[in-house]
Amino acid sequence: MTARLMLLALLLFAAPAGAQQDNQAQNPGAPAVQSVAPEVGPSGGGTGSGPIPDSTERPPETGDQRATVPPPRPPVPTTEIPAGRPFTDRPNIDAGELELQRALRGGVIEGQVTIPNQAAGILIQPAGRDWRGFRTRTLTIAGAILILGMVVVLGVLHLWKGPRRIDAGRAGRRIPRYSLLERCNHWMVAGSFVVLALTGLNITFGAYVLRPVIGPEAFTSLTWLGQAAHQYLSFAFVLGLLVMLALWLRDNLPTRVDLAWLRAGGPLAKGHPPAGRFNAAQKGLYWLVMAGGVLAAISGYLLMAPGLLDNVISQQWAHVVHAVMAMVLVVAILGHIYIGTIGTEGAFEAMAEGEVDWNYAREHHSVWLEEQAAAARRSVAPQEARPAAGD
Amino acid sequence: MARMKFLCDADRCIECNACVTACKNEHEVPWGINRRRVVTINDGKPGERSISMACMHCTDAPCAAVCPVSCFYGTVDGLVLHDKDLCIGCGYCFYACPFGAPQYPRVGNFGGRGKMDKCTYCAGGPQQDNTAVEYIQYGANRLAEGKLPLCAEMCSTKALLAGDGDIIAGIYKERVQRRGFGSGAWGWRTAYGETITA
Repeated sequence: MTARLMLLALLLFAAPAGAQQDNQAQNPGAPAVQSVAPEVGPSGGGTGSGPIPDSTERPPETGDQRATVPPPRPPVPTTEIPAGRPFTDRPNIDAGELELQRALRGGVIEGQVTIPNQAAGILIQPAGRDWRGFRTRTLTIAGAILILGMVVVLGVLHLWKGPRRIDAGRAGRRIPRYSLLERCNHWMVAGSFVVLALTGLNITFGAYVLRPVIGPEAFTSLTWLGQAAHQYLSFAFVLGLLVMLALWLRDNLPTRVDLAWLRAGGPLAKGHPPAGRFNAAQKGLYWLVMAGGVLAAISGYLLMAPGLLDNVISQQWAHVVHAVMAMVLVVAILGHIYIGTIGTEGAFEAMAEGEVDWNYAREHHSVWLEEQAAAARRSVAPQEARPAAGD
Repeated sequence: MARMKFLCDADRCIECNACVTACKNEHEVPWGINRRRVVTINDGKPGERSISMACMHCTDAPCAAVCPVSCFYGTVDGLVLHDKDLCIGCGYCFYACPFGAPQYPRVGNFGGRGKMDKCTYCAGGPQQDNTAVEYIQYGANRLAEGKLPLCAEMCSTKALLAGDGDIIAGIYKERVQRRGFGSGAWGWRTAYGETITA
């Protein structure tokens, strides 16, 4: 017992000394009188080897000694913290009510998440229900009606009126209409559009039409390849659109001739109202393809790289824009394909070979033919017969 | 058969995210994919509520309705599962899902979506139960072992309940009656077209 007490006493004396030594070894030049750090007592169990914990309030090295001993703080009177209201009295949001409210008024139920994907903060988004209605009903039914309707209209037109012949018969003489670049670009756009349209229609209708026929596995393989083709060929399509914009913009600006052409009855006119290089219907198609193509391309790329549009509501709208534009273009191009191939005699060779029959040009694009003929006459006329510059 | 459902008692959820961690660990879910998440609404304000949310396995599931390759199927337990071998990663189910449950690895072209991944209710996929193939694609199949989803099983405050819809609704009702208040069963009106009135 006494031995223990002695040991304790020894420790009591030894501890501060040892600590001081340690401290001075750590901070040479530090004042000998340290801060208010608690002295090591018996309860501290100081063995003399452990350093005194460094106080965070170490006095400045050059400061005077008085600063090292702070005056004792008077007890601060504290205001009483009021107890919280009982849980039953707190504002309580009811899940069912909130969901009903959002479903009726729109908007999402949103909060905070602690995961990196901050878009996951949307707890419930009722807009998905409307989008579901668009995808399973509006788009499917309206799209099917539009496409089948267009096919029926074209079929009836073909059987009733028959293809449009060259009234004067073929002249045998031909005139160049589209350059090689124009034709190549047209077929790049056309080829990519056909693949884009078929793969897109497969996404919309395939599950109802094709899947029951070829089976789920084969259908998935086909659709997987289809979506890859859809993504890659989109670049060819967009490039082609830009080239078309550069090549044909001037010839597609509306003119007075177009008004007269439309007033005469447009494509269903008796006889052949005059038209420039492109008639009003062709110009309409051009601008439709440009506007629709650009909108479909932008919305498509937003869907293709989901990182660009990290919000489910915007993605739904991108899909709606993409689908509507695609359906409109498919329907319009169906008409374009009919008129450009079997619907009009002498039309297809323009895009296939680049030349059209003289009489075809005279009947369908009289203003353009006159311009071409005038330009040709000017270029072969002798120098003195040409009109003066600026005439 | 029982109609399996999830119920998150938001008055008990303490946003500890153990359900999220348990799910990720149990199924070895890849980085960036969260089959379950905890959303805190009114964070730091009066009426703050935390809700643990994953696929609710809806009645008349929107994901299944919009899928262009029909890769979803229902089970006798009322679960909505999907076949990853048929999925093409188009993202339609994510657009339609009210709860943001479908998740996609960014492995497609241009950072596009890979095959969709979502909560399976710990019930795996269409493959043979508890096989390695099933585990790689869908994670563990606890249901086939007679166990309930791990997220709910290990919830420390028993806020997240999983099991037969009638039974967990009964537990919740009893709680509400005993404590005198309740904020409702989150997502139930949207997923199952019903709410629990105590």
